[in-house]
Amino acid sequence: MTSTYLAAELGPVDGIAQYAWLLVALPLLGAAILLIGGRRTDRWGHLLGSATVIAAFGYGLALFFSVLGLDPEQRTREVSLFSWIPVEALKVDFGLRLDPLSVTFVLLITGVGSLIHIYSIGYMSHDENRRKFFGHLNLFVGAMLILVLGNSFVTLYLGWEGVGLASYLLISFWQHKPSAAEAAKKAFLMNRVGDIGLAVAIFLMFANLGTTQYTEVFERAGELSGGVVLAIALMLLLGACGKSGQFPLQAWLPDAMEGPTPVSALIHAATMVTAGVYLIARSNPIYDLTPDGRLVVTIIGALTLLIGCVIGCAYDDFKKVLAYSTVSQIGYMVLAVGLGPFGYALGIMHLLTHGFFKAGLFLGAGSVMHGMNDEGDIRRMGGLARKMPITFVTWGLGYLALIGFPFLSGYYSKDAIIEAAFGQEGWRGWVFGGAAVFGAALTAFYMTRLMLLVFFGEKRWENLKSADGRAYDPHESPKSMTVPMIILAFGSVFAGFLLSNGGLLSGWLAPSLGKLQVAEHGVIPHAVVPLLTVALSALGALVAWLIFGRKSVRVPVERPAASWPVRAARADLYTNALNDWLVVKPSLLLTRAFLVVDNKGVDGIVTGTATVLGGGSSVLRRTQTGFVRSYALSMLGGSVLVIAAMLVVRFA
Amino acid sequence: MSGAFLLPALLFLPLVGGVVVALLRNNDKLAKLAALGFSLGELVLAVFAWIAFDANGARLQLTSSVEWIPQFGVNFALGVDGIALVMIALIAFLVPIVIGASWEEKLPEGRTLGGFLSLILVMETFMVGVFAATDVFLFYVFFEAMLIPAYFLIGRFGGPRRTYAAMKFFLYSLLGGLIMLASVIGVYVTSADVLGKGTFEWAKLAEISKDLSPTAQFWLFLGFFVAFAIKAPLVPLHTWLPDSAAEAPVGVGVLLVGVLDKVGTFGFLRYGLSLFPEASKQLAPLVLVLAVIGILYGAFLAFGQSDMKRFVAFTSIAHFGFIALGIFAFSSQSISGSVLYMVNHGISTGMLFLVVGMVMARGGSRQFADYGGMAKLTPVLGGLFLVAGLSSLALPGTNSFVSEFLVLVGSFPNEPVFTILASVGMVLAALYVLRAYQQIMQGPVRGTALVGLAGGPGSATDPESDTFKSKIADLSRRELIVLAPLVALIIGLGVYPKPVLDVITPSVTATMTEAGVTDPVVAQEGDK
Repeated sequence: MTSTYLAAELGPVDGIAQYAWLLVALPLLGAAILLIGGRRTDRWGHLLGSATVIAAFGYGLALFFSVLGLDPEQRTREVSLFSWIPVEALKVDFGLRLDPLSVTFVLLITGVGSLIHIYSIGYMSHDENRRKFFGHLNLFVGAMLILVLGNSFVTLYLGWEGVGLASYLLISFWQHKPSAAEAAKKAFLMNRVGDIGLAVAIFLMFANLGTTQYTEVFERAGELSGGVVLAIALMLLLGACGKSGQFPLQAWLPDAMEGPTPVSALIHAATMVTAGVYLIARSNPIYDLTPDGRLVVTIIGALTLLIGCVIGCAYDDFKKVLAYSTVSQIGYMVLAVGLGPFGYALGIMHLLTHGFFKAGLFLGAGSVMHGMNDEGDIRRMGGLARKMPITFVTWGLGYLALIGFPFLSGYYSKDAIIEAAFGQEGWRGWVFGGAAVFGAALTAFYMTRLMLLVFFGEKRWENLKSADGRAYDPHESPKSMTVPMIILAFGSVFAGFLLSNGGLLSGWLAPSLGKLQVAEHGVIPHAVVPLLTVALSALGALVAWLIFGRKSVRVPVERPAASWPVRAARADLYTNALNDWLVVKPSLLLTRAFLVVDNKGVDGIVTGTATVLGGGSSVLRRTQTGFVRSYALSMLGGSVLVIAAMLVVRFA
Repeated sequence: MSGAFLLPALLFLPLVGGVVVALLRNNDKLAKLAALGFSLGELVLAVFAWIAFDANGARLQLTSSVEWIPQFGVNFALGVDGIALVMIALIAFLVPIVIGASWEEKLPEGRTLGGFLSLILVMETFMVGVFAATDVFLFYVFFEAMLIPAYFLIGRFGGPRRTYAAMKFFLYSLLGGLIMLASVIGVYVTSADVLGKGTFEWAKLAEISKDLSPTAQFWLFLGFFVAFAIKAPLVPLHTWLPDSAAEAPVGVGVLLVGVLDKVGTFGFLRYGLSLFPEASKQLAPLVLVLAVIGILYGAFLAFGQSDMKRFVAFTSIAHFGFIALGIFAFSSQSISGSVLYMVNHGISTGMLFLVVGMVMARGGSRQFADYGGMAKLTPVLGGLFLVAGLSSLALPGTNSFVSEFLVLVGSFPNEPVFTILASVGMVLAALYVLRAYQQIMQGPVRGTALVGLAGGPGSATDPESDTFKSKIADLSRRELIVLAPLVALIIGLGVYPKPVLDVITPSVTATMTEAGVTDPVVAQEGDK
C-alpha cells in the first residue's frame, strides 16, 4: 500500500532547519510586543506586524529550497524543542515536524499572510485600533504555524484552538457591534464542539497506543483494532468539520464575515478553515486503514459542497456568498481527502489554488466595499467595473479561476477532484462524481450572478444612500491594497498549471502523503470528465446571465419575494433554525430548570439538613453571647457522634 | 535533609505578621505595608522550601516533629510531599496578590483594613498548616481552625448578606468537621487495636491501612469523605459556596475558592486514597457520578447566573468536578492533572475573581445586566478579563489546558464514558465564559453601572454623544502589578509546566502505590 512511500525514518536536522522555531517565534513575538506594548506601539505597530510575517516567509522560502536539496527519503525531519507535558507513560513533546506537507503550508500561511498584512495597512488605516488588529493577525499566524508544524496531535491541538482564539478575536474586532460579538461567540462555540472530537481522538490514541506523537502513532496505527481506527477517524473528522465549516458544523462560517475583510480572506478562506483538510491529510496512515471512515469523509464533503453551493445562490451579501462558496470549496477538498490515496494530494492542491483565488476574491470584495462606504449588499451595487478597473480585473481572474475556466488554477485542481470522484467504483463513482460536477455547475451560476450584480449592469447605487447617510462614491483602492490583489491574481491564473504539471505537487508531497494513485477506469471515461465539467459550468454561467445579466433584466434593490426553494436557501436551508431547536433552546431550558432546582431544591434540602444537624450550634449562637463558646459546645455535641461512630467501627 | 526549620517558619511567620498588623491597625498605611512585607517574606520562604525539596526523594520531606499531647500520641508533626508543597507555594503566591488587590478595599463601616489584613495573615498560617500537617489530629485542628478567620472575614467584612453567608459557610464546614472528628478518633482507636498503641501519625496509619477490614475502612473513610465533599465541594453539597463567595470580599473569595476548597481534594488524596484504599475504590463510582454532574450542572448554572461573583463560584464548582474526576479515575496522568488543576484553578479563578472585583469597583454593581460594552472604556481591563476567562475555559497555551487535558486523557482509559461526558464541559465552559465577556465588555456602552440612569440620546450620559465623559478609568498601575504575576503564570505554566509536574508526579505515583492502583497505560518497551 501507500505507506511504503512514507519515510519510515526521520532525516537528520542540520543547517537552516535547526532554526525552524523562528517560524513560530517571530509572529508570536510580534503579537506579544503589540498587545503588551499597547498604545506606545501605535505608530509603528502595523510595520512590525507585517515585518515579522514577511521575515517568517523569507525563512520559509529558504527552508523550502534547503529541503529541495535533500533526497525524498530524507525530507521528513523533526526538531525537538522541549518536553511539554510529561507524566509517566504520557510524553507530549513540543517539537516541529518539517516535511513537504508542513513546509507547503508554511509557504501558504506566511506567503498569503504577508500579502494580507500589507493589504491591511491600507484597509485598516482609518481604524484607531489598527495596532491591535496587527497584534491579533500575528497571533493567528503564529498559532496557525504551530498547527501545521507541531509534531504531535497535542501540539496540533494547541495551534488548533490557538487559531480559534485568533479567529474569535478578529471576528469580534469591532466588538462594539453586537452582531460581531455574537458571531465570534458562535464561531468559537461551534469550533469547540468539533474540538471535542479532536480531543477524544487524542484520548483514544493515548489509551490504545500510549502516545500522541505523529511518528509513533503512524508507525503503530496498524496495531489498532478496526473499531478503534474507525472511531479515531470519525472523531478527527468531527474536529475537521468544526474548523473547516463542514456539515453539520458549517453555520458559523458565514456569520464570521462580521470580521474585517482581510480576516475573512486570510483566516476564513485561505488558511484556518482549511485546517480540517490538513488534519485528515496529515492523518493519512490512519485513514488508509479504514475504508468506512473514508466513506464518511467523502459523504460529508459531497453533502457540504452541495449545501454551500445552494445557499450561495440565494444570498445577497457579497461576503456571505463568498463564505458559502468557501464552505463549498472546502467540501471539494474534504471529498478529495476522503478518497484516500486517490485524493490526499488533490485535496491539498485545491487547497493551495483556492488559497490564492479565494483570498484574491475576498480582498477584491473588501476593495469594493472600501470604495462603497462599507456596503455589503450586492443589490445596491452594479456597474462598478469602470469605477474600479484593477479590482474588477483581479476579481474577474479569481472568478474565472474559481468556476474552473479552462487553464486557470481552479480548472486543474477542481477537475482533478471531480475526475478522482468519478474514478470510484460503482455507486460511489456516480454519487460523488455527480455531486461534484453538479456543484461545479452551481458554482458557475452563483459566481456569475455575483459578478453580474456587482460589476455589470445598472448602477443601482446612484440614487441611494449608505446606512450612515452618505451618497455612494465608488473609487479604486490605494496601492497597498491593489498590489496584493494583483499578486494573488497571478496565482489564480498560473498556480494550478504549475502545481499539477507533471505531477509536481503530488510528487513533492509523496513523502508525507504517499504516492498519488490514479484510478484505472472510472464510471465514465477520464477524457470525458473535463468536457462535461466545462460544459456544465458554462451552462450554469449562462443561466445566471439569462436571469441577471441581460439588458432587459432589472434587478430590484429590495430583495423580492421568492418561491420555497429560494426561501429555504436564504434561511441557510434551516440549519440555523435546526441548531436553535436542537441545541440552543434545550440548553436555555435546562439552565432555567437547574437554576430553580438549585435555589429551591438542593439548597433548601441540604441546607435544611445541615441546619437541623448543626442546629444546636446555630440556636446557641443566637441565644448566647460568645461565638467561641458555641463552637466549643458544638464540639462537645459532636463527641456524641464520635462515640456512635466508634461503636459502628468496633462492631462492624 | 536540612531545611527542617522551613515548615515551622512558613507556619508561624504569617501568624506573627497577623499579630503585628493587628497592633498597627490604627495606621492603615503602616498596616498595609507590614502585611505586604510579611506575605512577601512568606513567599521567599516558600521559594526556599521549593529549592530544598527533592522531587525524587523521600515520601515526606522537610519534616519536623514535637510532642504535643503525649497521652494520646499527638505530635506537632510537619512535612510535605510534592502535592502539599505546590499547594503551599500557591498560598504563598496568592496572599501577597490578595493583599495588593485589597489595598484600597472599601470595607463596611467601622472596620479597619489592618484588621482585615491581619485576619488574612492568620488564615494563611492555618492554610499552610492544613497542607503541612503530617499528624492526623493536627490536620484536624488546622482544618477546623481555618474556619474561624474565614468566618470573621466573611461575616464582618463582606457584602450585604454577609451574616447569612458566613453562618451558612460555618454550619456546613462545622458539620463536615464534626463528622470527620469522629473518623479521626476512630482511626486512632483502630490503630491502637492493630499496633497496640494508638497513633495519629499519618505515615504509620498509611502502613496499617491494608490491615483494616473493608467495612471498617468504609465507615472511617466516610467521615473524612463527607468533610472533604463539603469542602471541595461536590454537588449536591455545594450551595454554601456561591453564597460565601458572593458575599465575601474579593480577596477572601480568591483564597476561599483558590485555596480553602482545595483542602477537600487534597484530603481525598492524602487521607482518602492513602489511608483507605479499598474504601476509596468502593466509593469511586459515586464520586465519579457526582464529579460529572458537577461539571455539567455547575457549568449550566454558571451560564445562568445574573450575579458576577456567584458566576465565578459556579465556574469553580464545574472545575472541582474535573479535579474529583481525575483523582478517582486512578491513573498517574489523571491524578497529576488533578493536582496541577488545584494549582492552576487557584491562579485562573483567582484572577477571574480579581478582574470581576475590578469591574465591580468601577461600576458598583454585581449584576451582569448593569454592564455592557465596558471594553471600550477600559480596554486593558477588558483584555485581562478575557485572559482570565480563557484560562478558565482551559484554552491550550494557558495553564489550565495542561491540567484539564491531563485529567481527561488520564481518565479516559479507565472511565471512557465519564470522560466523554466531562468533555462536553469544555463546550459549556466556552459558553459561560464568552457569555460573561460578551455581556460585560462587548457591544455598545450600556448598563446603569456604566451610564448614568438619567442618560438618553444626546445627553452627556449618552455614550455615543461627543460630550460623553466616562468616569470609568482603566486599570491603575497597582492593579496592573497585582494582575501581572498571574498572567505570567497563566502563560508560563501553559507553555512549560514541566517544573511543577516534576514535583507532583513522584508523589502521585507514591499515592497510587499506597492505594494499590496501577496505571492503565504504561510506557512501551523501547519507547523514547
